[in-house]
Amino acid sequence: MTSVATGTDMSATTAVRRRRYVDRKSLLPLLLFLPPSLILFTLFVVLPMIDAATFSFFDWNGYGPITDFVGFENYADVITHRNFGTAVRNSLIVVAVSLLIQLPLAMWCAIALAERGTHINLIRVLFFLPYMLAEVAAGLIWKFVYDGNYGLLPAIGGAIGVDMPFVLGDKLWVIPAIMLVITWKYFGFHMMIFIAGLQSIPGEVIEAARLDGVSKWQIVRHIKIPMIRSAIVISVFFAITGALQLFDLIIPLSNGGPSHSSHTIVTFLYQFGILRMKLGFGGAVSVLLFIACVIVALAYRRILFKVEQN
Amino acid sequence: MATASKKRRPAISAAQWITLLIVAAFVIVPFYTTALGGFKEIGELRVNPFGLPASWDPVRFTEILGGPRYFSSLGNSLLIAGGTVVLSTLVASMTAFALAHIKFFGSKFILGYLMLGLLFPAATGILPLFIKMRDLGMLDSHWGIITVQVAFSVSFSVLLFHNFFKELPKELIDAARMDNCGYVRIYWYVTLPLCLPIIATVGVFNFVGSWNSFLLPLIVLNSEAKYTWPLGIMQFQGQYGSDWPRILAFLTLSIMPAIAFFLLAQRYVISGLTGGAVKG
Repeated sequence: MTSVATGTDMSATTAVRRRRYVDRKSLLPLLLFLPPSLILFTLFVVLPMIDAATFSFFDWNGYGPITDFVGFENYADVITHRNFGTAVRNSLIVVAVSLLIQLPLAMWCAIALAERGTHINLIRVLFFLPYMLAEVAAGLIWKFVYDGNYGLLPAIGGAIGVDMPFVLGDKLWVIPAIMLVITWKYFGFHMMIFIAGLQSIPGEVIEAARLDGVSKWQIVRHIKIPMIRSAIVISVFFAITGALQLFDLIIPLSNGGPSHSSHTIVTFLYQFGILRMKLGFGGAVSVLLFIACVIVALAYRRILFKVEQN
Repeated sequence: MATASKKRRPAISAAQWITLLIVAAFVIVPFYTTALGGFKEIGELRVNPFGLPASWDPVRFTEILGGPRYFSSLGNSLLIAGGTVVLSTLVASMTAFALAHIKFFGSKFILGYLMLGLLFPAATGILPLFIKMRDLGMLDSHWGIITVQVAFSVSFSVLLFHNFFKELPKELIDAARMDNCGYVRIYWYVTLPLCLPIIATVGVFNFVGSWNSFLLPLIVLNSEAKYTWPLGIMQFQGQYGSDWPRILAFLTLSIMPAIAFFLLAQRYVISGLTGGAVKG
């Protein structure tokens, strides 16, 4: 009796122990399935970020051993750089325009286009088209639209009798011009996310409100928008992180000019860190950008968590 | 009685239609003028920006199609995007399978580690990445770009696959285990065939991302023969300055494959690009 009892006890504990680490049969598949992604991710995503942090404390040209420790000097150089403030300001303007103009426009279109229908689907696809276009191509198309000699803008200006400036060469106009392109390029993406949210609202809710005589815009304000809060949170997150990484669109449009007035954080990093191979300086910009992204991501997680709880 | 009170309002009001039309014009006009611009002479662009071209002579288009640059840059992009999609699908689905279906100590930790990549864009570390690629001899090679793009795609692809695999009925895996089927065979013969929709979503996401990618190839590639199309088009524009008809013809030809792909595979493109946030 006792021996049998201890026997089962023992097999039970070994089974538990084995399950806790890894069962022998799954060891081989794990060794096949996990390393490719873990190695690639570590080598090309995590380590470069750690390297960036390391470089940011040294004065190094990329060759030979890293020796000249300079403390926070690189950070001081970045922050006091005459164009860094402009780059940060521009990135923040992109965030603001995305949130205040692009998302409301996307919402307006989504509300109109959430119904089903052939024409409606056609318009939706059309609005989404700029989003799938490469940023470089979108930038060049608009560079043509804005071209002061041959573009559309001077033609439109001529038609209404206004002399249009060369917007991309004008310090005052270059930022609004870029914002218009950003809105053109990305509002369709947010619209699709909102449409998906709107279509998941049960039809009975809307129908009940309608039968109670609630007006169309009150339904939008008090039912539709509150019910797609999680879609809005996702959209806001993409808008902010997208704005912080903006690069591809700026290069063909203005290349950061005129006189460095239209840099974003990433084009600033490219212009003053990468092109000049200033690793310490570039590393410091990377770390600052990284911190900004992590703060946004963590704040987003908290907000999303709250939304899901409600 | 109920039907009488249920007077259907029109789905879209007049005010909404007007805004939609304005927005549609805003979206369409740049495309329209780009497509027509390739047929116009440079002087014609200035006097006739909106109308149809005086002649439909496709000389610029045929010149570009006959030249060496167009097809080689599209071919390079296709190779890189194709390689990235195949490898990232394989790598991410294997990892997601292991994390979702095999019980082992540390699986939560590994998932959490891979999800760190969602906190920040991989491009933030681009300069140290360049140094690393230089030290590993990966510069100026298509394989270098593919490898790094697969690495960039890991976090998001694993997330999408993992969410999908978690939803698969557990009995399916258990039944296969009972039949003495190993995990590798389960992955290949049971799970993968069931997850074609998510493969399409992840595949489109990574394909379009790679096809449109600019910063990484810009930094990695030196030889013109290896240029992807976004690099090719920037170089073309730099070379021809403001010979807009020629540039617009090149642009039109370059974006046509993407637009055709989009129109053919709308559903997958939309769900892929909105990261599965949109179903259908």
